[in-house]
Amino acid sequence: MAEGASEGLVLLDFWVSPFGQRCRIALAEKGVEYEYREENLRDKSPLLLKSNPVHKKIPVLIDHGKPVCESLNIVQYIDEKWPDRAPLLPADPYARAEARFWADLVEKKVCIPPPPPRMYESGTKLWKLKGEAQEEATKEFIEMLKLLEGELGDKKYFGGEMFGLVDIALIPFTAWFYSYEACAKLSTEKEVPKLVAWGKRCRERESVSKSLPDPLKVYEFVCFLKKVYGIE
Amino acid sequence: MDPPSSLKLLGSWADSHTHRVQLALKLKGLGFEYQEEDVINPSPALLLHNPVYKKVPVLLHNDRPVVESVVILQYIDETWADNPIMPADPFDRALARFWCHFAEDKLAPAVGAVFSSSGEGQKAAVDQVHDNLKLLERELRDGEFKGKRFFGGDKIGLLDIVLGCGSYWLAVFEEVMEVKLVDPGTFPAFHAWLKDFEEQNEVKETIPAIDKLLEYARGIRQMMLSLSNGTSTTAPATAGTTSAINVTVDGSSG
Repeated sequence: MAEGASEGLVLLDFWVSPFGQRCRIALAEKGVEYEYREENLRDKSPLLLKSNPVHKKIPVLIDHGKPVCESLNIVQYIDEKWPDRAPLLPADPYARAEARFWADLVEKKVCIPPPPPRMYESGTKLWKLKGEAQEEATKEFIEMLKLLEGELGDKKYFGGEMFGLVDIALIPFTAWFYSYEACAKLSTEKEVPKLVAWGKRCRERESVSKSLPDPLKVYEFVCFLKKVYGIE
Repeated sequence: MDPPSSLKLLGSWADSHTHRVQLALKLKGLGFEYQEEDVINPSPALLLHNPVYKKVPVLLHNDRPVVESVVILQYIDETWADNPIMPADPFDRALARFWCHFAEDKLAPAVGAVFSSSGEGQKAAVDQVHDNLKLLERELRDGEFKGKRFFGGDKIGLLDIVLGCGSYWLAVFEEVMEVKLVDPGTFPAFHAWLKDFEEQNEVKETIPAIDKLLEYARGIRQMMLSLSNGTSTTAPATAGTTSAINVTVDGSSG
């Protein structure tokens, strides 16, 4: 097996990463073949460090030796590289702007330091914190989900009939709902039923069901992390 | 070309994100109506059109709002195809988006931290800015942007607009905070790019005069110092100051 990645498409990833899953979903939607490489995040490969020297993070999509970094960038790259099938963004510029806004909102709530509250991070707070701090984090998390549910409304997907960028940005986090609910007093079914229904619809797509981990496996991972962090 | 009344920009004169949109519209030769917003007291229009973030800039096109400056820039580029600001090739587009995110997520907060901190904290913030500039410098000198006049090639593109509108704060903070941020010896490529960018006519027409920016920055710094010295304990003033700084220098505005 070649050490480098100068041939074809290689995705440097980590099995439980929602960011990596976004890329897998997009590639599957487009029906594009690629090589999946699992990274050990405690011992990152030279290829990863070379391909993403700025952040040293997965996912990285390497296309014939050229790296594309950051999951939403990768998804848009995939969309633009294979424009002839399964569009992930609508054609109309205003609808595209709306899609980018909501994908960016999901992203802000994941990557950028507070404020506003982060989905991935605020979700992480649900199992890392206890007592009042956890209650506060739970409230924030629900508020954020409700904001997203408001945007979804009664549509099939965030983009309407078309499964696209915003759906891809958000769906991987639904695999973490079971863990959040187990660690904090929370019922997503009760709080955001439309969003939960949307999650089920997305998982009926093969691209999603093949890319998302079993929520129980995610929970095992969270329990492992809790031990590592010495929580409860 | 659309008549001016179809485009309206809600912005703030000292906000770099507003300048990005103004510059893009200018580069596209698009006329627009401008409405100055008081960022501490958002107008009903701003609250209506940007209910999620309640911040400038907001671009109204035929009364439909587009928010978040990088989203707005791409919208402008896709709606009016002449004088493109995004590269054509998907890889170059991904690269531009990556570095735009870097500018918002890493560089801008570091620059903001230089302004809002002092002592050891400020030294750490200055080091952070230097670390970030080193990464950009490397890309300009040896990386994907090697040999290019601007990040967009021969002409200003998306990344030039995003990085450039905000980089003038480097010179302002150097003066107000008496720190060295962009030493031409250490960052020759970045320094040269910035000077070239700032010389472009459309840029000169967009960015406020440096003495106005200096006065503005000094005013805010004074307020911050008097608050931290305990000479004023008004909570709203603190919030206003913080949001004013957020609007002008870091990535948390649109």
